[in-house]
Amino acid sequence: MENKRLELSNDQLKWETIFKWFLIAMSILLLLIVLGVLITLIVESMPSIKSLGISYLWGKVWDPVQNIYGAYPFLIGTLLTSFIALIISIPFSYAIAIYLGEYNPKGWLSDTLKNAVELIAAVPSIIYGFWGIFVLVPLVRTLEMKIGVIPLGAGVFTASLVLAVMIIPYGASLGITLIRMVPSPLKEGAYALGATRFEVIRSVIMPYTRTGLFAGVLLSLGRALGETMAVTMLIGNTSAIANTFKNLVFGPGNTMASVIANEFAEADHTMYLSALIELGLALFLVTVVINLIGKRIITRFTNN
Amino acid sequence: MENTIVKAENYNSYFGDNHVVKDVNISINKNEVIAVMGPSGCGKTTFLRGINRMHELIPGATSKGKILLDGENVYDMNAIYVRAKIGMVFQRPNPFPNLSIYENVVAGYLLNGIKLSKADKDVIVEKSLTSAALWKEVKDSLHKKGTFLSGGQQQRLCIARAIAMQPELILFDEPTSALDPISTSSVEALFHELKANYTLIIVTHNMQQAARVSDRTAFFYMGELVEFDDTKQMFTAPRDQRTQNYITGRFS
Amino acid sequence: MEPKLGIRNAKSIAFKGVIIFFAFLITVPLIIVLLYIIKQGITQVNWHFLTHVPVPTGEKGGGIANALLGSFIMVMMASVVAVPVGILAGIYLSENPNTKLAYYSGLCVDVLQGVPSIVVGIVVYFWVVKPLGGFSAIAGSIALAIMMLPIIIRSTEQTLKLLPDSLKEAALSLGVPYHRVIIKVIVPCGFAGILSGITLSIARIIGETAPLLFTALGNNFLTMKITGPMESLPHVIFTYATSPYDDWHDLAWGASFILLMFVLVLNIVTKLLTRKWKIQL
Repeated sequence: MENKRLELSNDQLKWETIFKWFLIAMSILLLLIVLGVLITLIVESMPSIKSLGISYLWGKVWDPVQNIYGAYPFLIGTLLTSFIALIISIPFSYAIAIYLGEYNPKGWLSDTLKNAVELIAAVPSIIYGFWGIFVLVPLVRTLEMKIGVIPLGAGVFTASLVLAVMIIPYGASLGITLIRMVPSPLKEGAYALGATRFEVIRSVIMPYTRTGLFAGVLLSLGRALGETMAVTMLIGNTSAIANTFKNLVFGPGNTMASVIANEFAEADHTMYLSALIELGLALFLVTVVINLIGKRIITRFTNN
Repeated sequence: MENTIVKAENYNSYFGDNHVVKDVNISINKNEVIAVMGPSGCGKTTFLRGINRMHELIPGATSKGKILLDGENVYDMNAIYVRAKIGMVFQRPNPFPNLSIYENVVAGYLLNGIKLSKADKDVIVEKSLTSAALWKEVKDSLHKKGTFLSGGQQQRLCIARAIAMQPELILFDEPTSALDPISTSSVEALFHELKANYTLIIVTHNMQQAARVSDRTAFFYMGELVEFDDTKQMFTAPRDQRTQNYITGRFS
Repeated sequence: MEPKLGIRNAKSIAFKGVIIFFAFLITVPLIIVLLYIIKQGITQVNWHFLTHVPVPTGEKGGGIANALLGSFIMVMMASVVAVPVGILAGIYLSENPNTKLAYYSGLCVDVLQGVPSIVVGIVVYFWVVKPLGGFSAIAGSIALAIMMLPIIIRSTEQTLKLLPDSLKEAALSLGVPYHRVIIKVIVPCGFAGILSGITLSIARIIGETAPLLFTALGNNFLTMKITGPMESLPHVIFTYATSPYDDWHDLAWGASFILLMFVLVLNIVTKLLTRKWKIQL
């Protein structure tokens, strides 16, 4: 028995080493994928970067027919939709976080609400877009008629509305975790001094979780920036920049993601394609940076 | 001496730069029950885990010196082989939750892909469970998972699992500290029976247990093997002042 | 002068009311969306719908069989790649948390989690579609696999980290080599948790359109040829929803209903698996 056991052990040592190297190889593969994405984006946008340079970022005209490319309209569109969506979503995310984190953390009602919020995140964006076309757009159209803009229905505002709904779960679920992490002694101290529920929330919980909640806002922003399908279907898809603020918000537009989705297939010459890829590169860099900052804040917060 | 089963020669253990076990020399004979005692952090568990090369699995853990098993230095041997040859029972009973009681006993073979005939396995299971004084209690539930067993029974299952590998030497790392008093005495009674066929080294933080079960006792303090003697001798007339202080409860 | 207790209490109650109002208000759009999809879509779904391919507008009786088959094939292919890589990477991260490689590849997992799906699509276009000379289900599957990876990796890592060390120690002390300890003890014990990560990732990618726009494109015919373009559920919704024809809109509603049902079922399965796993612990 002893000899067989020794033979087996020698064999097993060999396989042990192979397995350990295999694990390492998979992790290296991750690095390679991310690097590959970055390099591909850079390489394919080179022609555009080289010939258009930095003024690409504030070029206001996007005219593929005449080979003029400027990213400004899409930067505006992306920023507008994302920020409007954020502003609309923050009260809801906070309310859900405070309700489920502080007022009602357990029980069937709490579980139901939690499931509902998760369900919002689970619905695919294409379905939101599709629904938006047939339900939201007509509603916005009537609103636009009332406030005196061209009643297109589709536009920055409509897209922002749907985007807001889609990003609420991200801020909310992070907020719930953070609020539940506030140490009880801190809250009990305030209650013992005679504070009301509202005052405890305002002066103990909110300041304690402030950085974490900010990180939640960042992560929601990162999600909003990259959202493609629902926005593409609802934003009206034009590369012109409106002249008044009202028209900017209620008129049609494009985001970086939606213009890529719409025009990638039609990009028939190198400069056109490369200009689109450059948008993709910018989108990639911005979302990565925002997400990493947000995650870093959260790990620092949870480790404290 | 032909009767020696385990011999440590100038054995040292480190966690990184932390010198945890200092220059241990000790010789243990076959079929002895050795208790290893000492205050928390004295290095007794680290020393124990050095014998079956579990110590080096912790990142940054290293050792120097020799530990001879039947004359051969375990650090020159295949580590997996060493661990299969030496049995170990841990502080918290840890039967595999995804295996039945039967499978747990022969886990050392199953997990290594060693194919045994059902007849062989049946024999091993019955013998090991009997030696661990568990056979009668579980023989009708062999194919159930062991989660319904009490702490003491789970620990005896772990002992059966170790015995099934036919080791000469079994190491125990504070085997009863997570058990209630009744389970503890059933495990201690087991030591007495196992002695006939195995050599046992038992790390314990319970002095009374050391006095109850062992032939010889080793006292560790701050990484050093301070005294190693006949148990009766050590507890009635210890030779070192530190041993004396420990036994009389000056520190624990 | 300190405000009276009465006013402070009133404020607190009012605040709670506001919070509850906003918190539950969010269920309104959710219910509206779900009900609308169900109402519009459920009437479309019948055996014919599920087993036939689309027909030109004006003709009667189209279906989404090609999209169903295409989604199935591409999700399977993506899983075949993403599940082993994801589980192995997750094992590495949970077993070696303090190495430099773990830090940087963990960072990469975070990056991949945040990459917009359209960016994945255009990158895979250059990696696979251009070299192969055309759109293909293979390209679509690779894009989907990249999106599945972060979810599978993180849930495997978290699952395994929760397992007690004593399990590993028990196996190692029996003379079981490391790879067998992982494959035969650790992974089986964490199986429910790992599986929940897989179902979650499938729920996520089954509805993804953007990565497929320039990789798998679409296909009006029922096909199993993975080296050519292939239809998928989300893509068929996109194509028909944005078309000007009412009967194609109907197809899109039916497809949306089916997609929604799949996503719901997968999420419920994930929840059940997670609960089973937590109980096991």
